[in-house]
Amino acid sequence: MSEASATQDDRLHQASWLTQLLRRPELGAVAGTILIIAFFAATAGGTGLFSPKGIVTFLEVSAQLGILAVAVSLLMIAGEFDLSLGSMIAFAGVIIAIPSTVLGWPVWLCVLLAFVVAAGVGYLNGLLVVRTGLPSFIVTLATLFILRGLTLGFTRLITGRTQIPGMKELAQNDWLAPIFSGQFGGSVLAWAADIGLIGKRPDGLPEVQGIPVSILWWFLLTAAGTWLLLRTRFGNWIFASGGDANAARNVGVPVTRVKIWLFVLTALAATLFAAIQVLSVGSADTARGLQKEFEAIIAAVIGGTLLTGGYGSVVGSMFGALIFGIVQIGIFYTGIDTDWFKAFMGAMLLAAVLFNNYVRRKATESK
Amino acid sequence: MNGAQPIVELNGVSKHFGSVQALRDISIQVFPGEVCCLLGDNGAGKSTLIKILSGVYTPDDGEMRVEGQAVRFASPRDALDRGIATVYQDLAMVPLMSISRNFFMGREPVKRMGPLRVFDHFFADSVAREEMGKIGIRVRDPGQAVGTLSGGERQCVAIARAVYFGARVLILDEPTSALGVKQASMVLLYVEQARARGLGVIFITHNVNHAYPVGDKFLLLNRGRSMGYFRKDEISRDQVTAMMAGGQELAELEKRLSEARAAGNRPPA
Repeated sequence: MSEASATQDDRLHQASWLTQLLRRPELGAVAGTILIIAFFAATAGGTGLFSPKGIVTFLEVSAQLGILAVAVSLLMIAGEFDLSLGSMIAFAGVIIAIPSTVLGWPVWLCVLLAFVVAAGVGYLNGLLVVRTGLPSFIVTLATLFILRGLTLGFTRLITGRTQIPGMKELAQNDWLAPIFSGQFGGSVLAWAADIGLIGKRPDGLPEVQGIPVSILWWFLLTAAGTWLLLRTRFGNWIFASGGDANAARNVGVPVTRVKIWLFVLTALAATLFAAIQVLSVGSADTARGLQKEFEAIIAAVIGGTLLTGGYGSVVGSMFGALIFGIVQIGIFYTGIDTDWFKAFMGAMLLAAVLFNNYVRRKATESK
Repeated sequence: MNGAQPIVELNGVSKHFGSVQALRDISIQVFPGEVCCLLGDNGAGKSTLIKILSGVYTPDDGEMRVEGQAVRFASPRDALDRGIATVYQDLAMVPLMSISRNFFMGREPVKRMGPLRVFDHFFADSVAREEMGKIGIRVRDPGQAVGTLSGGERQCVAIARAVYFGARVLILDEPTSALGVKQASMVLLYVEQARARGLGVIFITHNVNHAYPVGDKFLLLNRGRSMGYFRKDEISRDQVTAMMAGGQELAELEKRLSEARAAGNRPPA
């Protein structure tokens, strides 16, 4: 008798464990990541994609997108889009580059200025959306064009061209620049090379001499975003605002404030992305950040975030960004023409959306 | 229980929007441990009346008193602070969020962890489980989405939430209208339970069959005017039905249909 009830308990326990797993929004993205790694291990296993150097390469791509995806997934869970994200990247890049190259301002001051201006733009985006009640899709589509136009117009007016080179030298002597463009872990990597964990180049230096600091930013922001979403009051307000803004307002959730803050956060993430790019590449370009708004949305959606809001995961968006990076770099390693990359990502997006819809239906199905 | 003083009352309240008179000279008293049913057809002014009670609108005329004290609510928050909680028909819950997240939505419990204030999930889950248990709904997992609950259970979660957060007056906006018989009776039983605990309940509905068994008093509204405020012993179920605009019109409709049938014609369009 006791044995029978014990086995029954076990079964119950197992069922709830499975539903718990199915309820995780990031399930699809984790499964997708495993699938993608298996696929490239099979097709490009010997090419060095999964060597330390290859890993750092795709992690850097993933990290830059992942930084955006943290903010974008939070904003999407709150039920809004920010299509101006890509333009904001170019805008912020130019704000960093023009004063420092033309006016000779210190780089750290320009970076600070870019963050302040971005916060203003994000605030304006948010204010327009919540005050007009228009879909954020339309409002930020407008700011997408406005920001891109301003970036191009001012840059050409001031510098006579659309690219601003020469940031590398300026960044070298700046105290703030290394936290955006630097590398870390050099000594650990050197030690790893010495004991044979990772390979050495013919000149005796380790195969990888440092890990781009953007990867650290990505992990830290993902952790912070996850904590914010799942472990704070504000996180509950994010879910509530996106799930049903009216219901949330009726129980006293400051929906307006939540949404405006998340627009600000998204603009700040775009600026962080811009600072990382401008300072590590060494130039600003008015064409930077093109389509990044869509890539970030793809990463968030692959990560289990619903387009309609109210449901999603920051950790999921990290895996979404990881898939993005592995595929983008992996395709190059397999020798397949990289032209196919976008078709592949589009198909991934579609598969993710279908899967998410299915999971959501399962998660909220009446007994 | 203090039965001498109404927990909430309106005296001669009016409200208009532009040229439309939504409410005209409405008076109502709700005592603790009493279910007051607000009956009326669409457009009778039920929604305007609950929005005044819950602090969404301020009345143009007349006064509102809570426990004898004249009040003027600037926002729903003010009403909540005075213990007047409104449970909206379909806007109470976010289906994709868990039961405990919904239960504490807007009033999340926090605990301090060093300098940080953290959502206390353990507390939220255990309270949600316990409060649901009190009304006879066994929640296996407070982390399950509210969307997995039945309509009646969902309504009960919303009411339990209001009660837990210290509501002394519950305003229930059509809590049963979207539900089947079985689900509706679950909600009605819970309304009775809340009444027995000494809460004042304002129950808005256009379904006499739901209102009559549970109600102590009935306010009938038609085109913004009160058609009378009756105690249960003053009025029968049929009288309530007949007095509602729907009742009159149904009788009219019945008459016209039978005339048309007798004449062997199609009813005029």
